[in-house]
Amino acid sequence: MKLFLGRALLIVAVLVVWDVSARTVTDEFFISRPELVAVKFLELVTSGRLFYHGWITVLETVAGFLTGAAAGILVGLLLGRNEGLARLVDPLLTAVNSLPKVALAPLFIMWFGIDLGMKIILTATIVFFLVFANTYNGVRSVDVQLLEILRLMGARERDLIAKVIVPSALQWVFAGLQLSVPYALIGAVIGEIMAANRGLGFLLQDAAGQLDTGGVFAALFAIVLLALLLQAVVRGTERWLTPWKVDGERREAAA
Amino acid sequence: MSGQQIIGFEGVGRSFVHRDRELVATRDITVSIHEGEIVTIVGPSGCGKTTMLNLVAGLMAPSRGTVTYRGERVAALNGRTGYMTQSDHLLPWRDVASNIAVPLEIRGVPKAERQRRVEALMDLVGLAHFETSYPAALSGGMRKRTALARLLAYDPETLLLDEPFAALDAQLRLRMQTELVRLSRRLNKTVLFVTHDLDEAVALGDRCLVFSPRPGTIVRDVTIPLPRDRDMVALRQDPEYRRLCGELWEQVAPALDATASEFPEPLPS
Repeated sequence: MKLFLGRALLIVAVLVVWDVSARTVTDEFFISRPELVAVKFLELVTSGRLFYHGWITVLETVAGFLTGAAAGILVGLLLGRNEGLARLVDPLLTAVNSLPKVALAPLFIMWFGIDLGMKIILTATIVFFLVFANTYNGVRSVDVQLLEILRLMGARERDLIAKVIVPSALQWVFAGLQLSVPYALIGAVIGEIMAANRGLGFLLQDAAGQLDTGGVFAALFAIVLLALLLQAVVRGTERWLTPWKVDGERREAAA
Repeated sequence: MSGQQIIGFEGVGRSFVHRDRELVATRDITVSIHEGEIVTIVGPSGCGKTTMLNLVAGLMAPSRGTVTYRGERVAALNGRTGYMTQSDHLLPWRDVASNIAVPLEIRGVPKAERQRRVEALMDLVGLAHFETSYPAALSGGMRKRTALARLLAYDPETLLLDEPFAALDAQLRLRMQTELVRLSRRLNKTVLFVTHDLDEAVALGDRCLVFSPRPGTIVRDVTIPLPRDRDMVALRQDPEYRRLCGELWEQVAPALDATASEFPEPLPS
């Protein structure tokens, strides 16, 4: 409760400093004012533009997120269980991974045009590497002794994957997914800023183009809300898929 | 000596390469284990006790000599053995009942039959009413019981136990020892039990193999003339038991005095 109050006070303080400085030391033109941003945001809501553009961004982010995550989990499992193959492709993956993925955007625009597909692929590429790296490390860190014990019970490779590798990699997968949410939005929003006529990134770019600082802040606010929403969905899914962890946490809390 | 020979070691040696140097872990092990025996294995760390279990399980192959199981050379994973170590290796994402069911699932036992057998096993090891708990919510003793039930679920003839109770407190260890002897006798299991604890080695074993420091080999094969069915608690007061413990201490003391190994004992991998 104390923490909650402190946080509320901090936010109010930021808003006050913002408002006061917009009226005194800086200029409303550059940093707008909380009140104007709120008005702009309400306008976005009532005109339905927020939902239209937001929906496009959600679509791109979620589709890119799911494709990238699925590919990352699959490749992570495959390479994690196959050291020879992992060594073979390691230099290639490292090279591509060292690239800022956003730098691929112009190429993707040339290949896939400026419609949703390009943003989905850009997002998927970003998410892929994060989820892949986490899954791969998760698979590699599975206890070798545990696998031997199960082999003595007669387990074949597919038993090991289904009963041990996948569930134990799951927690790393989710770590990767949590990490990916803001990056997934980078893919979608940057894609929209560069070339689009729909989406929150477009809204942002459009407002900036009209020197409408309040509109820019309103769009940023919408992006933040979306990120929080996606994060909550990932966290909820994790809790749902890994109930044993919650069980352990509860016990610690009770102790 | 109970039944027929089940495990045979003939001049078995095992070496590892460590930093381009050959390291002899064990050498010249010749021993014969009989069906239904509980054999305890003691010796300084790094002398190859765990290696011996790994060879029986087929997790590694000997560098020299032959290991046989029921007269046949152990060439691949030996599915008639079950392994349990200090760490219980339960699957944290499965509750107790479904942890115990793992080997049954692997063997394709139908669901109804699986449930029936899991319930029987939980009764057998004293885990009734814990079926839906996750390992994270269990005490150390309950986790051991779960691991033991899982081990018994696929009914391996031979149990390979590598200091399974080392992490438990004294009281709990006594209870688990009692359970282990009771179950092994009742189900006529052959048991190889590695331990650091000489008292435990005497209390549990029909025989105790004493290893020398590395390169490890069996220097003593002590028969323990205590009755097959033992009361672990009463045993503590038994003068014969205390005499045997003292004798074993004297035999092992020179070996334990030798410097501990410079390399840790390799894990089964």
